[in-house]
Amino acid sequence: MRKLALNDEILLNIEKPARYIGNEVNSVMKEKDKVDIRFAMCFPDVYEIGMSHLGIQILYDMFNQREDTWCERVYSPWPDLDQVLREEKIPLFALESQDAVKDFDFLGLTLQYEMCYTNVLQILDLSQIPLLSKERTEDMPIVIGGGPCAYNPEPLADFFDLFYIGEGETVYNQLLDVYKENKRSGGGRREFLEKAAGIPGIYVPGFYRVEYHEDGTIASFAPTCECAPLKVEKQVVMDVTDTYYPKAPVVPFIKATQDRVTLEIQRGCIRGCRFCQAGMLYRPTRERKLEYLKQAAKDMLVNTGHEEISLSSLSSSDYSQLPELIQFLIEEFDKKGVNISLPSLRIDAFSLDVMSKVQDIRKSSLTFAPEAGTQRLRDVINKGLTEQDILEGAGSAFEGGWTRVKLYFMLGLPTETEEDMRGIAELAEKIARRYYEIPKEQRQGKCQIVVSTSFFVPKPFTPFQWAPMFTKEQFLDKARFVKEAIRAQLNQKSIKYNWHEADVTVLEGILARGDRRIGPVIRKAYENGSLFDSWSEYFRPQAWEQAFKDLGVDPDFYTMRERDVTEILPWDFIDIGVTKKFLIREWNRAKEEEITPNCRQQCSGCGAGRYKGGVCLEG
Amino acid sequence: MKVRVKFAKEGSMKFIGHLDIMRYFQKAIRRAGIDIAFSEGFSPHMIMSFAAPLGVGITSTGEYFDMEVNTATNSEDMKKRLNAAMVEGMRILSIKKVDDGKASKAMSLVAAADYLVTFRPGQEKLRDMFLEHLADFYSQEQLLIWKKTKKSEKEIDIRPFIYEMRREGESIFLKLAAGSANNTKPELVMEAFAGYLSVSVLEYAFEVHRLETYGEIQAEGRPVFVSLEGLGEEIE
Repeated sequence: MRKLALNDEILLNIEKPARYIGNEVNSVMKEKDKVDIRFAMCFPDVYEIGMSHLGIQILYDMFNQREDTWCERVYSPWPDLDQVLREEKIPLFALESQDAVKDFDFLGLTLQYEMCYTNVLQILDLSQIPLLSKERTEDMPIVIGGGPCAYNPEPLADFFDLFYIGEGETVYNQLLDVYKENKRSGGGRREFLEKAAGIPGIYVPGFYRVEYHEDGTIASFAPTCECAPLKVEKQVVMDVTDTYYPKAPVVPFIKATQDRVTLEIQRGCIRGCRFCQAGMLYRPTRERKLEYLKQAAKDMLVNTGHEEISLSSLSSSDYSQLPELIQFLIEEFDKKGVNISLPSLRIDAFSLDVMSKVQDIRKSSLTFAPEAGTQRLRDVINKGLTEQDILEGAGSAFEGGWTRVKLYFMLGLPTETEEDMRGIAELAEKIARRYYEIPKEQRQGKCQIVVSTSFFVPKPFTPFQWAPMFTKEQFLDKARFVKEAIRAQLNQKSIKYNWHEADVTVLEGILARGDRRIGPVIRKAYENGSLFDSWSEYFRPQAWEQAFKDLGVDPDFYTMRERDVTEILPWDFIDIGVTKKFLIREWNRAKEEEITPNCRQQCSGCGAGRYKGGVCLEG
Repeated sequence: MKVRVKFAKEGSMKFIGHLDIMRYFQKAIRRAGIDIAFSEGFSPHMIMSFAAPLGVGITSTGEYFDMEVNTATNSEDMKKRLNAAMVEGMRILSIKKVDDGKASKAMSLVAAADYLVTFRPGQEKLRDMFLEHLADFYSQEQLLIWKKTKKSEKEIDIRPFIYEMRREGESIFLKLAAGSANNTKPELVMEAFAGYLSVSVLEYAFEVHRLETYGEIQAEGRPVFVSLEGLGEEIE
């Protein structure tokens, strides 16, 4: 039996000890003396969240296919264990071997959202690894960052030895080979980082220097080492069928957020919504082959024993063979008591038919994401959904027996006016009226419309990357305005309104478009006690406010100004295929309320065509 | 057909709670390809019932659940397939066919269980004290303890529910009432024992292991305990 890193007394005194013991079905055990590379792969949030993430499962499987590598998992210890580890000076450990992370060759952290940044520091701190890259010595792990937030790695530049920009399936093997070779030939940390910097997609922040103008904007960003390229190219898998995909994902003992098989049907999105970062980062859209998906679904269900399978993509309805895939899933699995979950479906006759087959209509709700309240603003953000689409979809759903509708909107989008905000309430009202058009004897009581708004955060590599944000007070005023507008509707009793918190949005905005000067603020906030910022019960806005104040960093610089298109942005050194020229064009079209067709309707020359694949070569 | 599965839960698996063990077996049964029966309705669930929930922190080599299967191969094959779907610390010990009918439901059958209480390293002094006074403690006719209920605290006599208590090597063997009626936890007995000795015992001074779970049947007019697996038959 394995020896656990924590004793019984600790494990029996903390919440959910299953988070820390490993041993799950399909977790990979190897003999540590028989591998050359030990990789600790970390999702810096609690186990149940981290275990639900597909990207890590893909890399875990891919790394462990290598005989010379043992990849293990690490998640953020919950505050109860965090305290014990600090008090008893127990180093953070990986789940499989229960060995200390500090003895590994690599510590990889996936950066899925900005609000995990203090958790990144917690992981380093508890692992007893110096927070700053430059303070790490030869025997310490190489700390790698990846995932969507790595597309603006600058706020975290001080804490990471290198970043992997793009999809993991491409050059990680090369990186591991280089590491092994460097170790064998007696090379040290510096030599490895120099060699790594030469691999496409690898960014070693220590090899670059940033200079600033007096007004705080960036004056120059340049490599300080010949080994480091001027531009770092995003990595993209062009054949998404013939690549790595875990056939036997790890099955947690405790219920994870996603307690199901996840089948990624495609990568990327053809739609081009101007607020959406994923829609730009993962261009071009690439579909996995139907036959491959069928087999993968079968294998994963057999190997995990999960009772549910979910399709994953940014917009499932755009998968060209969706009807065939769903029909297969229903025929193959429905009778075996396997639930089929279909998120991100456009509501139309087809999806309603499918949903009525796989869900209990009385219990399920329809989801629409109009994102903006008026057609004008939907044109600004290039969201193709029209009021007619929504009313028709909701109408046929109501006639089919559904009574619950969820609507998602954003507040604070560029060019937003009061009319746009009022439009949110009016759209909800129109949907309610559509419901009450159904004769009383044919409908099932009242309808329930839930309107949720989040506050818009401009993200790097989107046409809105230059847009200003609002203050916390302004955001809350907007939410109050919508609340009042909903209360003024005839059917207000059928409409429920939720809004997202504003202070966390402002911070997310700072971190998303921050530069290297934000790093010390993150550290200070962490030292002030910030941790699990994405958990509202743990978010401590004062700790952050104090950090900005102490370090004399003006948060408004990052959120409140409209950036000029000529300004050097902190992430400009990354090349995502989509050109800056295209983003500027889209930013201008947004202001002119001009829509841009989706990739299947017409190519808009975004730049991703140079990868020569996916939707760019269709037809 | 109703099938009774006996399993062991050891090592790090003692940290997995009862509800998660149920979920674990639901998935294991799918992985093993057991032809289990589902309930009717929009969200069908596997027809299975667990005997006596085991507290977190306790290991066992005498756990049971019953499941309804549409078809069964044989005990040997099903045991092999389920064992192939187990993780370290979980073992399938036997698979038996049991009579259908409500009265044979694993949960409602449970009447007693055997436990072994072992002192952890470092607790030798305490252990010797317990072992020395074991006979005296057990010879009491009444053992009053305060038991917390949902609403209040009341004093009850647990002596009738200790069916057997003796030294086994350096450990203490206990046969206790189990099931819904007079369920008596070994920790409760140990607590009473510590009270009797007027010593305060650290929460983690000893480890508890469940050895077997019993049902009660009438044989020649008097009640006898039979292990739950003893009530079933091998599937040939």
